[in-house]
Amino acid sequence: MSETINDIQNEIIEEFSMLDSDMEMTIEYIMELGQQLPEMAEALKNEDNIVKGCQSKVWLNAEAKDGKIYLEADSNTAITKGLVSILVRILSGRTPQEIVDADLYFVDKIGLNRFIGTQRSNGLGAMMKQIKIYGLAYSAKAE
Amino acid sequence: MAQTLEKHTLDIQKIRAQFPVLHQEVNGKPLIYFDNAATNQKPKRVIDALVKYYEHDNANIHRGAHALAARATEAFENTRVSVQKFINANEPEEIIFTKGTSESINLVASSWGRKFLNPGDEVLISTLEHHSNIVPWQMICEERGAELKVIPINEAGEIIIEALDELITEKTKMVAFNHASNSLGTINPVKHIIDKAHAVGAKVLVDGAQASSHLAVDVQALNADFYAFSAHKMYGPTGLGVLYGKRDILEKTPPYQGGGEMIKEVSFGKTTYNDIPYKFEAGTPDIANVIAFNEAILFINELGKENIAAYENELLAYATDKISQIEGVRLIGTAKEKVSVLSFEVEGIHHFDLGMWLDAKGVAVRTGHHCTQPLMDHYCIEGTVRASFSVYNTIEEIDAFIEALKSTISKFKK
Ligand SMILES: Cc1ncc(COP(=O)(O)O)c(C=O)c1O
Repeated sequence: MSETINDIQNEIIEEFSMLDSDMEMTIEYIMELGQQLPEMAEALKNEDNIVKGCQSKVWLNAEAKDGKIYLEADSNTAITKGLVSILVRILSGRTPQEIVDADLYFVDKIGLNRFIGTQRSNGLGAMMKQIKIYGLAYSAKAE
Repeated sequence: MAQTLEKHTLDIQKIRAQFPVLHQEVNGKPLIYFDNAATNQKPKRVIDALVKYYEHDNANIHRGAHALAARATEAFENTRVSVQKFINANEPEEIIFTKGTSESINLVASSWGRKFLNPGDEVLISTLEHHSNIVPWQMICEERGAELKVIPINEAGEIIIEALDELITEKTKMVAFNHASNSLGTINPVKHIIDKAHAVGAKVLVDGAQASSHLAVDVQALNADFYAFSAHKMYGPTGLGVLYGKRDILEKTPPYQGGGEMIKEVSFGKTTYNDIPYKFEAGTPDIANVIAFNEAILFINELGKENIAAYENELLAYATDKISQIEGVRLIGTAKEKVSVLSFEVEGIHHFDLGMWLDAKGVAVRTGHHCTQPLMDHYCIEGTVRASFSVYNTIEEIDAFIEALKSTISKFKK
């Protein structure tokens, strides 16, 4: 993968800018992205992989291979699944260090804050935190 | 559903004009506010009262000898009298201002409960309860070695009356349940349950959070021992609530918190407590909100509760009929007697997705478990979409909501 985390974030910002901040178009697009998310093996949708702090269910599995972290994820809601797929696109296949250092500015830029909410949380924030924790854990192991 | 069948005499457009917040666009669409069970909107007169208080009358109450303090105290105590009349309490001293329904219930559980609950005693709640009317009882039961028992409900979301005979026994010391359910809208047979409880000498707390703006409440006719509700669910300010308690019970109940206002005399050796209601109102209260709350009560009184109930029943009946015609919709809560709450799920679509789509279309609803997880467990669901109506909502808004819902559902049918 030659594109950096920021390259992909910029791509995503570009894609969303075409939606003109129209809420319905934005949601529709997020749901489309969710449909493109590679299917997660049913066996991985277990208690251990549930991300805590989500109103909707999110499963996240991280696997380390050749010094990189590969993410698989799914959700029981269509919109959250779309959000999850964006994170996977940006962060899967990165080194633990890249993940720890990642500054996910795309969230602010495309106005996803409202999806992160607090009570209404669909778990984007909790997912980002969980991925960072995986990153930290694997980078500690690598040392 | 319709408990008041009379026709209302309200001019809804005139009522809407009094609510500044309603006249805005959300996500480019006219706002349709259907999250009234969570909190409803405030008429201009409530907002004006807040501003007027801070601009003209701000002073601490019950202490100052000056004009502002006198005005603020008078306005504050006027609200207490309005609340007393609103629920037909016997005297204003039986009205205690709190932060909300939650604090009112916590006050009773913690102060009354600590004194009157003993090991082996039982507290009875219902399956329909909000977490606010579950957790405080769990806490005090654990502390006092008492047991918490639960009244079951049927599929429609109604309390199973026959179960009461077995559950209400000599061991029962408190029965706490809601007047109307926030998740389903069910109106409970309050008087019947209260009579059953009193027959064994138990006390009763009614959680009136969802009833106070929809139903006429008469605590004396009901013979309730405690009645709790929140100002913000009845066109009033946030962070303010009421606990009604019968005088003799309040007098026997120890104070909740210590501080200013609640004392008669303090020395380091001994403190004597103030009389009710002040005994339960430690510290400077939420003066501005209490004063503004009076306007909310006047607003309701001027419209007339029967009118409000009749109109809201119309809205509920119309919405129930329309939504029932949509394929895949399952109503959660189909009690015969309901306040204007419409809870539902749609087959194959998560409530979170529905809520986000409706929001994108300008419709504000609540999604999730509505702070009633045990109730959701009863239906084996994680949550619902809940649309709830207030007097300023319209049939046209319901039509727009139904269209928005249909168009959302079509997005998921590929
Ligand atoms: C039935 C019921 N009880 C208690 C509460 C808690 O009210 P508050 O948050 O104002 O304390 C609510 C509010 O959602 C409610 O609907």
